[in-house]
Amino acid sequence: MAAGETAELRWLTSRSEVRRSLPAAAAGFLTLPWSYRIGVADRRMFPELNSILSISLENIPQGQFVVLSDHNGDASFLIHHFLSLYLRAGCKVCFLGLVQSFSHYSAVAQRLGISLPQARERGQLVFLEGLRESLGELLLEDVAPGERPLDFLRHPQADLRGLLAFVQRSVSGGPEWGPPVLLVDDVSVLLSLGVTVGALQDFSHYCRVTLCCELKGNVVMLVRVEEEDGEEEGSELLLKDLTHQCSLALHVQGLPTGYCKDIHGQVEVCQRVVSDPGDGLLPQKKLFQYKIHDKGVTFFARGTSSAVL
Amino acid sequence: MAAPLENVDGVGSRQDARAVHSTSFQRKSRGKLVSIPGTRPSVQNGQLLVSTGVTSLDYAIGLVLRVSQCLFSLPEEDKYDSYSRMLLKYFLAEGVVCGHSLFVGSACDPPEEILQELPAPVLDDIGSAAINEGQAKLCNSEGQDSMKIAWRYQNLPKVQTALAASSRFGHYYDVSKTMDPEVRQTSKCNTFFLPDELHLKSESEPSTMNKGYRALLRSIQKLIQGEGFDTAAPQNKPRSILRIGLHSLGSPLWGDDICCRESPSDASSLTSFLFGLRALLRSSLCVAMVTVPSHLIQNRAIMGRVTKLCDTAIALESFRGSERETNPLYKDYHGLLHVRQTPHLNCLVCEVPDTKDLAFKLKRKQFAIERLHLPPDLSDTVSRLSKPDLAESARLLSPACGGTAVGRKHLDF
Repeated sequence: MAAGETAELRWLTSRSEVRRSLPAAAAGFLTLPWSYRIGVADRRMFPELNSILSISLENIPQGQFVVLSDHNGDASFLIHHFLSLYLRAGCKVCFLGLVQSFSHYSAVAQRLGISLPQARERGQLVFLEGLRESLGELLLEDVAPGERPLDFLRHPQADLRGLLAFVQRSVSGGPEWGPPVLLVDDVSVLLSLGVTVGALQDFSHYCRVTLCCELKGNVVMLVRVEEEDGEEEGSELLLKDLTHQCSLALHVQGLPTGYCKDIHGQVEVCQRVVSDPGDGLLPQKKLFQYKIHDKGVTFFARGTSSAVL
Repeated sequence: MAAPLENVDGVGSRQDARAVHSTSFQRKSRGKLVSIPGTRPSVQNGQLLVSTGVTSLDYAIGLVLRVSQCLFSLPEEDKYDSYSRMLLKYFLAEGVVCGHSLFVGSACDPPEEILQELPAPVLDDIGSAAINEGQAKLCNSEGQDSMKIAWRYQNLPKVQTALAASSRFGHYYDVSKTMDPEVRQTSKCNTFFLPDELHLKSESEPSTMNKGYRALLRSIQKLIQGEGFDTAAPQNKPRSILRIGLHSLGSPLWGDDICCRESPSDASSLTSFLFGLRALLRSSLCVAMVTVPSHLIQNRAIMGRVTKLCDTAIALESFRGSERETNPLYKDYHGLLHVRQTPHLNCLVCEVPDTKDLAFKLKRKQFAIERLHLPPDLSDTVSRLSKPDLAESARLLSPACGGTAVGRKHLDF
């Protein structure tokens, strides 16, 4: 690993090296409750976002359904953040990477200090590489019978039972890892592949029931919204439905005043906060602007960008 | 003209000579990077970069296209389809000059016609002349007088309208001449013409992609696997890049009805094809350029999905036939260029352009893309505005750079 990093990171990396070099008997370490196995928070993991969301590695919320959306912007940096957050926290992660190859996610995660190939090898990460697996289905090739997560690509307007079965298989595991997490990047590309909004709503509902309610885990879904001509079909309808079910929503947009090189966009954070037990959930909204760098993202209040001040 | 083989060699050696002018920085990379002619590794993330054939477009979309786990660009077609077809021809011509293999897919014009119209590469040093001009301009700006009133603006750089990087990567082409057939035949060209494939049997069940697109995708996959372009293939022979040019996808000639109706019955056919193409490109040494007639597609949501499935997307808006043709602001240009999407592959963010207001102009030896900016208003009637003065100054304002005002010279205090 690279030298010259902060002291915390050196401690973390040396721990992972020690774990790898120990014989199997010492894997009794893994039987410790997952909360004892996390290290000190690493600086390079969007710390500002963690403080905005009141999340820390010691205090991962459970049963949370997070919706990320973007409109005139690109919210994929948030997926990378949540991926590195949950992996670092020791959770079991099932990642449906439908729009990019595994090497892309792994290259970005490397810059954030996480190794995806190692996580996959030790069983913490289950990765579905949507692009590679889809070719056989799209070209209607003969494949071996069995459960295929992407078999809905063969038939238009099919449902996503195969994909749901894959998710359920992936998140069921022993107690060695923390609460399971499902990450989907992104849900709206399935609309481009002929899946109806209704099927996606069913899929997200079943995922939420399985992961958030039964297994007390988390679900993070990214929805990319296009401009639509006022008709309520497609990604806008899907976003409304998911926002209604979610406990935390992060909406990424371009700046309303136009394109700017120094401020890449704004993020609206909507958190459902239980104010009174009898009152129900009140949404709490905050707005920030952000700028993406090579190894992280900085968030700041509106008008306080370094380019302006 | 000298014998064609000599020309090819001349271009090769000239390319090496030009490489000397570029930076000699060598990044130590851990993995072994394949060295393929016509490409260079990106300093940022070690990916291979190729040129689109238009050097100013390379700069506008963030320094050239990326290959190998690569991406494709998507010029939306202007109404008369001349400029996006021109860009496709530049792209293919660059492939011929760099020694890459080509694949051309089309449903309306036979691919052989497109290949015959490729522009000839310019062999004299127009490129170096442009660089020298640019450098001379930079030198001149240093000898400027210091500003007395607007001294806050002293340190800002002068607006450079021409987009150019200091190290050039790519070639120039002469649009008035077509490429020699001998030069073109040095690179392998594969074609796909949909009317020739009409013997396709239709699948028994309905599926997400229509049969025209599926045949095209299968043909590309067969070529990639057959010629060893996929990254998983053993590296026993010298590698090359496959450049895929697809003309007018989404038009009704491909069997797609997204251009015919607002709520098409086959809405996901084109997007499924693009998803499959993305899957093929990510695992092979290919780069693709696709043109889509967006002015015909009535459903904006589909156009949005198509844009998001590409890595780089640009839209060309030509002034021909619109009222902007006579607008004095745009008189130097042939159209506007909108960058809809820039790629970020293997990194959180790649090069971000500093402005998105770009206009293009097709000159004989160059497809020039420049920043659109208003020159300063230097007329004397600016400070005191009254209705007749406003009308007068609007009439007299010349949009050419350094416009001088002719007219009333009296100064009002």
